[in-house]
Amino acid sequence: MISSSFDAIIPMLCVALAGLVVLLAEAFRGRDEKMPIGGLAIIGLVGAGAASILLWNRNATSFGVVTADNFSLFVNLVLIGVGILTVMFSSQTIERDGIPAGEYYAVMLFGIVGMMLMGQATDLLVIFLALETMSLAVYVLTGIRREQQQSTEAAFKYFLLGAFASSFFLYGVAFLYGVTGSTSLDRIGTVIAAQSMSGNPMILLGVGLLIVGFAFKVAAVPFHMWSPDAYEGAPAVVTGFMSTGVKAAAVAAFVRVFLSSLEPMITDWAPVLWLIAAATMVLGTVVGVAQTSLKRMLAYSSIAHGGYLLAGLVAGNDVGKAAILFYLAAYALTNLGAFGVIALLGTRERANDDLRDYAGLFKSHPALAVLMTFFLLSLGGFPPTAGFIAKWYVFSAAIGSGYYGLAIIGVLSSVVSVFFYLRIVVMMFMTDRDARPVPAPITTVAYAGLVLSLAGVLYLGVLPTAVIDFAQASISTIF
Amino acid sequence: MDGWGGILLLAVIGVGFGIVSVVLSYFLGPRNPTPEKLAAYECGMPPVGDARERQSVKFYLIAMIFLLFDIEVAFLYPWALAMRQLSWPGLIQITVFFSILVVGYIYIWRKGVLDWGPEYDPDYKRPPKPGPAVVKRYRYGTRN
Amino acid sequence: MAIGHYLVLSGVLFSIGAAGVFLRRNLITLLLSVEIMLNAVNLAFVAFGRQFGTVDGQIITFFVMTVAAAEAAVGLALVIGLFRHRESLNPEAFTSLKW
Repeated sequence: MISSSFDAIIPMLCVALAGLVVLLAEAFRGRDEKMPIGGLAIIGLVGAGAASILLWNRNATSFGVVTADNFSLFVNLVLIGVGILTVMFSSQTIERDGIPAGEYYAVMLFGIVGMMLMGQATDLLVIFLALETMSLAVYVLTGIRREQQQSTEAAFKYFLLGAFASSFFLYGVAFLYGVTGSTSLDRIGTVIAAQSMSGNPMILLGVGLLIVGFAFKVAAVPFHMWSPDAYEGAPAVVTGFMSTGVKAAAVAAFVRVFLSSLEPMITDWAPVLWLIAAATMVLGTVVGVAQTSLKRMLAYSSIAHGGYLLAGLVAGNDVGKAAILFYLAAYALTNLGAFGVIALLGTRERANDDLRDYAGLFKSHPALAVLMTFFLLSLGGFPPTAGFIAKWYVFSAAIGSGYYGLAIIGVLSSVVSVFFYLRIVVMMFMTDRDARPVPAPITTVAYAGLVLSLAGVLYLGVLPTAVIDFAQASISTIF
Repeated sequence: MDGWGGILLLAVIGVGFGIVSVVLSYFLGPRNPTPEKLAAYECGMPPVGDARERQSVKFYLIAMIFLLFDIEVAFLYPWALAMRQLSWPGLIQITVFFSILVVGYIYIWRKGVLDWGPEYDPDYKRPPKPGPAVVKRYRYGTRN
Repeated sequence: MAIGHYLVLSGVLFSIGAAGVFLRRNLITLLLSVEIMLNAVNLAFVAFGRQFGTVDGQIITFFVMTVAAAEAAVGLALVIGLFRHRESLNPEAFTSLKW
């Protein structure tokens, strides 16, 4: 029972152990002693990455509730990338804002454990536990700057609505358990497939409540209200982490639950998700245009991106599943890079995230301005970048399943969104502004992180076939 | 609902008796209050100040930590009941579970969450107490 | 007693909690409302488990209780943090972000 049944959780064990070691290191750190705590976090993440690669194609399972199929391993690798890049961007913010490093990294690592478990879990109860592990960590990270009222306030709003949504999710689990007698996804799937249950009100209620819970975590309309506030109040590195990691994990679990065990009911939930996806794309784009704070604008842009991901889920075909995975990787790299730049330009007193703060950035920080331009172009879906391929792939999946309307709404909204991405680019290159609070000099590690994300964005944009093949191989083993 | 009638009757009689006796004594009993009679009964204390006083935030911290560690015991009881069937794997699992908690405990301990009172400062010198400067002590077993 | 009664009670509790999150004007009461929602779900789990004649429902409740405790701890910590900034527990006092 003890020997090989641990295989599937080895990646999570690596990260969790790193988190515990970081916590102990912080506990025994002298008051002003410096410790390479970020390095410890990176070691744990790299170990988890290596373990994920070694587990490839082995389909290991642990305890009957955790699986390491290729789908979850792909998500794991994305999450580990998110973790490593976040650590690289964080060191500067931590020193600048006086955030306790050990606490920050430990909570972040525990959050990543929750995210990985969310992708790997095959039992609704374990998905709930993973969701909470992830969410609690992210609530704490959002409010980690305790002396800032904005940060604490954002954390509380996020916490309250998050806890509210997870109880909806849990209620949905309770109803599915009540109908099928199990929380295991396989078991629920067989019971639903065996006796056509689509008319059963209790199971419809359960599925509806699950959609509420997931839609909240993905920040889909109409459950998106928390995200602009939480994204604005949190430190920019944390915003980058939560807009990519939380979204990736939640979408992974969403896809697993709805396209495996609830697949027999696709005619019931697909129209609902169609509506949510369309509303999310439109609202994220339209409201985003009106924003003056860059962080808030990217928050709405990330809502819109959640809509594109849901479009892939609604399509529900093999192309759609692979497209979701590819989109997650592309979006994670791009958005982390963009928030990395915002984080590096902030100062302790001011986040410097107003649109006007970016005027003339090309004059003062030419390298950052060029990097930011690439990230924004990728978010808008311009050709040589990852964003273009990802969007094209998702929309072709939607068309492949006959959802022409959804694809058209998606294309239109991404055309509109180009407007606000280009507005920042124009601001950075064409205008002038002299009186600007000067940010701290940017560390080499942070630059390396930015260049790494840019390399990823361009690689996925120019030579996407390798990763697309990889994504297709990931979905072939399940569903 | 058969068989519940008796309980209903009991409840009605019980509540009714209480209400009737209070109402009757209110109307029938003589009333001539004095301050002595209105004072709190026997060892009760006269109330002082507002009950909603501000407490030290330490109480909240300790309460929160108690909440977290207390709920973990909920997992120890089921394990203790099934200890023989689970045998060694069970023991190992509960040990791992507990050592994770211990790491958290060490963290809060080292961070000084459990220290009550002002922070310890080794350089701090207690101000001299007022009163007689030299207190002569009588010692047993010594000559002077 | 039929399972329907338990489910109705659980639904009522859940609605009370959900309404409380929107209607109450005290941060601590908001936390309490969320806890009520989780406990309503616990009741549903135990009732379903009892109907199936297994202990699964009760075991799930253990996990939910633990999660609820962790959530309450984080929530209380945030409330203390907010109180330090504004000396108020009224959610309307906190307006530095657009709601």
